[in-house]
Amino acid sequence: MDVLLWSRLQFAMTAAYHWLFVPLTLGLALAIAVMETLYVVKKDDYWKKTTQFWMKLFAINFAVGIATGIILEFEFGTNWSNYSWFVGDIFGAPLAIEGILAFFMEATFFAVMFFGWEKVSKRFHLISTWLTGIGASISAYWILVANSWMQHPVGTTFNPDTVRSEMASVDAFWEVITNPVAVSKFIHSVTSGWVTGGVFVVGVSCYYLMRKRNVEFARKSAFVGAAVAMAGTMAVMLSGDISGVHAAEYQPMKLAAAEGLEDGGRRAPFSIIPGVEIPGMLSILATHDIDGYVPGINDIINGYTDNEGNVIPSVEEKMEKGRTALAALEEYRTLKDTDPDAASIARSVLEENVQYMGYGYLESPEDVIPPVDMVYWSFRVMVGGGMFIALVLLLVLWFGYKNRIGEIKWLHYLAFLSVPLVYLTGQAGWIVAEVGRQPWTIQGLLPVNVATSSVSAAAVQTTFFLFLTIFALFLIIEIRIMINAIKKGPEVE
Amino acid sequence: MGKIKSIWRFYRDGFKNMTWGRELWWLILLKVVILFAVLRVFFFRPVMSGMNDEQKSQMVGEHLIKNDYTENKDTLNLITD
Repeated sequence: MDVLLWSRLQFAMTAAYHWLFVPLTLGLALAIAVMETLYVVKKDDYWKKTTQFWMKLFAINFAVGIATGIILEFEFGTNWSNYSWFVGDIFGAPLAIEGILAFFMEATFFAVMFFGWEKVSKRFHLISTWLTGIGASISAYWILVANSWMQHPVGTTFNPDTVRSEMASVDAFWEVITNPVAVSKFIHSVTSGWVTGGVFVVGVSCYYLMRKRNVEFARKSAFVGAAVAMAGTMAVMLSGDISGVHAAEYQPMKLAAAEGLEDGGRRAPFSIIPGVEIPGMLSILATHDIDGYVPGINDIINGYTDNEGNVIPSVEEKMEKGRTALAALEEYRTLKDTDPDAASIARSVLEENVQYMGYGYLESPEDVIPPVDMVYWSFRVMVGGGMFIALVLLLVLWFGYKNRIGEIKWLHYLAFLSVPLVYLTGQAGWIVAEVGRQPWTIQGLLPVNVATSSVSAAAVQTTFFLFLTIFALFLIIEIRIMINAIKKGPEVE
Repeated sequence: MGKIKSIWRFYRDGFKNMTWGRELWWLILLKVVILFAVLRVFFFRPVMSGMNDEQKSQMVGEHLIKNDYTENKDTLNLITD
């Protein structure tokens, strides 16, 4: 395997590992905040002890997950140096804000959460608990701004002198941070964390119900967990719908791959599984119009006219424009010190074609097709798993409301099994988002093979296995500590 | 000053009185040491460390232009013109 594949595998492994901890942090933070609010409002110490138990599990997850995201930044500098330089201006500000916010908010409010129970007022403690969750969510926003810019690069211009995408003004920065893809991705990711956290609470609670221990605690916790997860599920569905519209508009190939849609058209069908389709449904989901046009893989390669009447060029035409952009870039950089007039012409040609620059690196139009099977099936795991979990949550809420949750044994098993399933759906979602946008690191501008560093495959291979070992070790440690804490259980019955 | 002292005492007492949290802090410490003192130092040196911005632009510019896929350069001929 070459350096590109090892670099991609390493990045995928690190990102997937990081996403084991983040959603639980986001979701448990909300569940804990709701429980502590119940304690403050009801003035009932039962909820205080309940909150403290879930806070302990939150801390275990936080401790093992902390700094796993920093490894991604190591990889940027070593394995993806060309990409890092290319996007430095865009990534610098959001990631710096994320780092500062994460550090100060978490160091302050996290400490109050754990050390402040008897030392600060109930109200201040409650505010700190909420702010810990809000701080984690705000941190996520900045990361997702950076990610979304790669999916839909807005607000920037390519500077051929510095060879970077740059933000020219405050307006440009505003455009980057209000990128519509970032907003929908933020809601989708954070609320999927609520689902993960809520399902975790429900699953662990059902473990106690299966064992017939801490029944009252488990019953109450399961209800709160299910409510948090259900709120997340509804927000995930809503933001998922918006993400679908964005994919249709900005990354139609991702949508076509997720649907395995070779030839598109109006009244495009939604594929449930191969051979089973709902006519017109994809048009509704992608354009909110049953007669909306959705391009398939072949349409994107050959060119098509979109719903606004814009003629989208074929990939071959884009490749031609991309090669023109690259040739202009070379001539500009060669001539800028010796022949300013010719350099100026080259720069104009570059600016006319720069939006297709990345296509200039492709060898054939088919290079723009991502791994269709992986994206198609990941999408089905995400949606199917999500629907199954939503059904389980509804049942938990229903039987919780009827005060019968403790009796329904089969539901305990289903809820317990939903814990690994919710992780699987989260990972599948990221596979759709990231594998679905291949071959691009930055949509249309920079394909992955140009983004890598000139390092040896052996070096990346070595660090890949090093990480694999370290990650596995820390994951085993976390699971062991977590299981011990769960087995020990809360202090309340 | 009094405020700073009370904040200091808050953190100091918090760490002192930890029970199960102590194990987690050791875990965090171990991980941070592995990440920053081992991996970052020995395995993840940024490829462009030590270069100034101009050198970085030059290096990435050459990489973007000299990629094998850019053989077809006959669309512009300003150099020969």
